[in-house]
Amino acid sequence: MNLWEFFVSHRAEIFEATIAHLFLVAVSMAIAILIGVSLGMILVKRKRLRALALGFASILQTIPSLALFGFLIPIPFLGGIGTRTAVIALVLYALLPILRNTVVGLTNLDPAVLEAAEAMGMTEMQILLKVRFPLGLSVILAGVRTATVITIGVATIAAAIGAGGLGTFIFRGVAMVSDAVILAGAIPAALLALAADAALGLLERRLKVV
Amino acid sequence: MNAKVEERGDITIEFRDVEYRIFGTSREPILSRIALKIAQGETLVLLGRSGSGKTTLLKLINGLLHATRGDVYVNGGKVAKVDAIRLRRGIGYVIQEAGLFPHYTVAENIGLVPTLESWKEDRIAARVEEMMRLVGLEPTEYAQRKPRELSGGQRQRVGVARALAADPPILLMDEPFGALDPVTRAELQREFAALAKRLAKTIVFVTHDLREALRLGSRIVLLQAGKIVADARPQEFLRIDHPEVRAFAASFEVAHEAGA
Repeated sequence: MNLWEFFVSHRAEIFEATIAHLFLVAVSMAIAILIGVSLGMILVKRKRLRALALGFASILQTIPSLALFGFLIPIPFLGGIGTRTAVIALVLYALLPILRNTVVGLTNLDPAVLEAAEAMGMTEMQILLKVRFPLGLSVILAGVRTATVITIGVATIAAAIGAGGLGTFIFRGVAMVSDAVILAGAIPAALLALAADAALGLLERRLKVV
Repeated sequence: MNAKVEERGDITIEFRDVEYRIFGTSREPILSRIALKIAQGETLVLLGRSGSGKTTLLKLINGLLHATRGDVYVNGGKVAKVDAIRLRRGIGYVIQEAGLFPHYTVAENIGLVPTLESWKEDRIAARVEEMMRLVGLEPTEYAQRKPRELSGGQRQRVGVARALAADPPILLMDEPFGALDPVTRAELQREFAALAKRLAKTIVFVTHDLREALRLGSRIVLLQAGKIVADARPQEFLRIDHPEVRAFAASFEVAHEAGA
């Protein structure tokens, strides 16, 4: 069976898997953004803790993804087989680029602007929300973009622990030694990654100040 | 050598034996034994070389830095004890790089402190327009521009307008015209001198430019290595017999302006 025939005959299944894949990515990204951005905001004024958090996030990133999924399975409450475990692993992966870019975006600003903000009598919270955040937003978004592309890719491996998604076809294709089946998962995943990259890149340029 | 300036009116800012040093360094303190009274309505110029401590002294007034010994008083309150936010909203601040918010329009930048102080919108708009005219920027042309669409001189004008918007009784200026070309600088100095006379605010102005000090100051305080070494009216300043005063005088050849 060639690729095109497989696509046509399994289109409903592929579409379903794509939606499941998107769902997995969207949920993981939402959680990762929530944690990464808030943690980044907390770390703005805490230099020591910042190095620690970034170091920890970097270590998480170095664990091979298949191994991370494997590690999580035996952990009670968090782990096991299925979507929940996959989401946790994906969040851990997405965390570093988001956290790093949030910290850089919120701290790497023109010192004259920050000095003026402080001297005008803005509170720490006002400086964070009205100065640091809008000026750092495009950098934060660049981190979200990187994380999204990574997550779309890594989410294919989530199928290995029964979380579904486009990885299902890839693993099935590997088992069947069928290029067509592998590509039925790989091509939609690659297209998703490209589309997300382009859309978030556009948004990032829109929000860039200066 | 400290030519005593007689006290005129109320004391707005006072330094009582202030020292500032950075902890964990064995270096000499950045400021030591600073005793200084600044009267209401004075335009006091802090003159000194780079690293003499003049910017540090300025930042002790609005609490951006805190004295490691001694106390700084503003309007009778200890800077270390009063609410820093309240203190700063009553002190205008202008710096060399202007420090305008790049994501705000000119009008939003100027209206910053009134907005923080929750003024009504129409009052802010009226005040912003008034400030723009005061610093020579046509509101219809510049109000909606972003700082990046302005020249260096225009940005400094906006910086001055922002500092004055909430009508603070004190104005701190840290080499506000230092990064401008000589022609624009002279223009802004002239306008600012006239403005300062009219506004009757207490102004502390930091510069390393003796010419600027003589043009703008009603009093000049010279800092050298963290200590006050001269304190005089501009007319008398160049007659002070101190090596650092002579060094400044020699480097600028402005003796002919002394009486100006």
